[in-house]
Amino acid sequence: MASPTVPMAPALPAEWRDFLALTKPRVMTLVVFTALCGLLAAPVRIHPILGFTAILCIAVGAGASGALNMWYEADLDARMKRTRGRPLPAGRMDRQSALHFGVALGVGSVLLMGLAVNLLAAAILAVSILFYVLVYTVWLKRRTPQNIVIGGAAGAFPPLIGWAAATGRIELLPVLLFLLIFLWTPPHFWALSLFVSTDYAAAGVPMLPVVAGIQATRRQVMLYTLPMAAAAIAPWPLGMTGAIYGIAASLLTAWFVLLAVRVGISRETDQKLMRPERALFKFSILYLFILFGALVVDRLVLA
Amino acid sequence: MTPEFEDEYRRRQRARAKVTAWILGALVVLFFAIAIARMG
Repeated sequence: MASPTVPMAPALPAEWRDFLALTKPRVMTLVVFTALCGLLAAPVRIHPILGFTAILCIAVGAGASGALNMWYEADLDARMKRTRGRPLPAGRMDRQSALHFGVALGVGSVLLMGLAVNLLAAAILAVSILFYVLVYTVWLKRRTPQNIVIGGAAGAFPPLIGWAAATGRIELLPVLLFLLIFLWTPPHFWALSLFVSTDYAAAGVPMLPVVAGIQATRRQVMLYTLPMAAAAIAPWPLGMTGAIYGIAASLLTAWFVLLAVRVGISRETDQKLMRPERALFKFSILYLFILFGALVVDRLVLA
Repeated sequence: MTPEFEDEYRRRQRARAKVTAWILGALVVLFFAIAIARMG
């Protein structure tokens, strides 16, 4: 049976600002910074133009991941207070535009990285985009509370790509930096999910506080902080960095562990009063920025 | 299509075209710089 013809109201084209919003510019800040630190910490000096191109490709690749994530999760975003103002759930853009934009950015960034910088950096960039979109967004996020543990690897790639862009190789220090961000992600995100868990529950996302409860999540935050601390301090005793990084990493990590312990022993159930969780979440961002900054200063001084 | 709607439509089209032109221009400069850097 033929469906009745309904006259369609012509839609306005999305604003360019909405395309920019698809790239999650705030997340990109940390990605660009850690990638730049990976690039600057490498023992080989890269031509400034090629270094700039590598960072641009990593930023655009991260933007592609964000756009494809928003394309796939438009239904989920519409159910969460924090995300319902995004271009797709707010109805300011059609899904196909978001998909085309994400694919174009992803393919463009990998191709440019391969042609201008090197194939290893391009390959890791491609893996990081595919990992974020297919493994985290499509496969894990809606299925398991371990989503951000494994998915966290996607955000850990930038320093590795920065290093590979400069040297054309993968060595132990960038692998430790990868491990550091990988192990930092669970306490960082679980601290956030503790005080926004009702939002995740409403959207049906199996975040740890929703599935295992608040106290179990607090224990996991404390437990994950320990291997993270080991990965953060390891470059110093292993002789890959000097005292500047070593002392900064030790002090910052000690403060991180202290905040994680405060989260672990907290019994607060009212999300508005979860101060230790908010404090840990805020500090965790600062922690990564200062730690990577200290690494670059240390490596430049050593050089 | 009302005149207001058409005005808004054209305004968005122009804004997107301008941003696209800037990006393409920047890419031209970047590709030129990459070529020089790789030859050096």
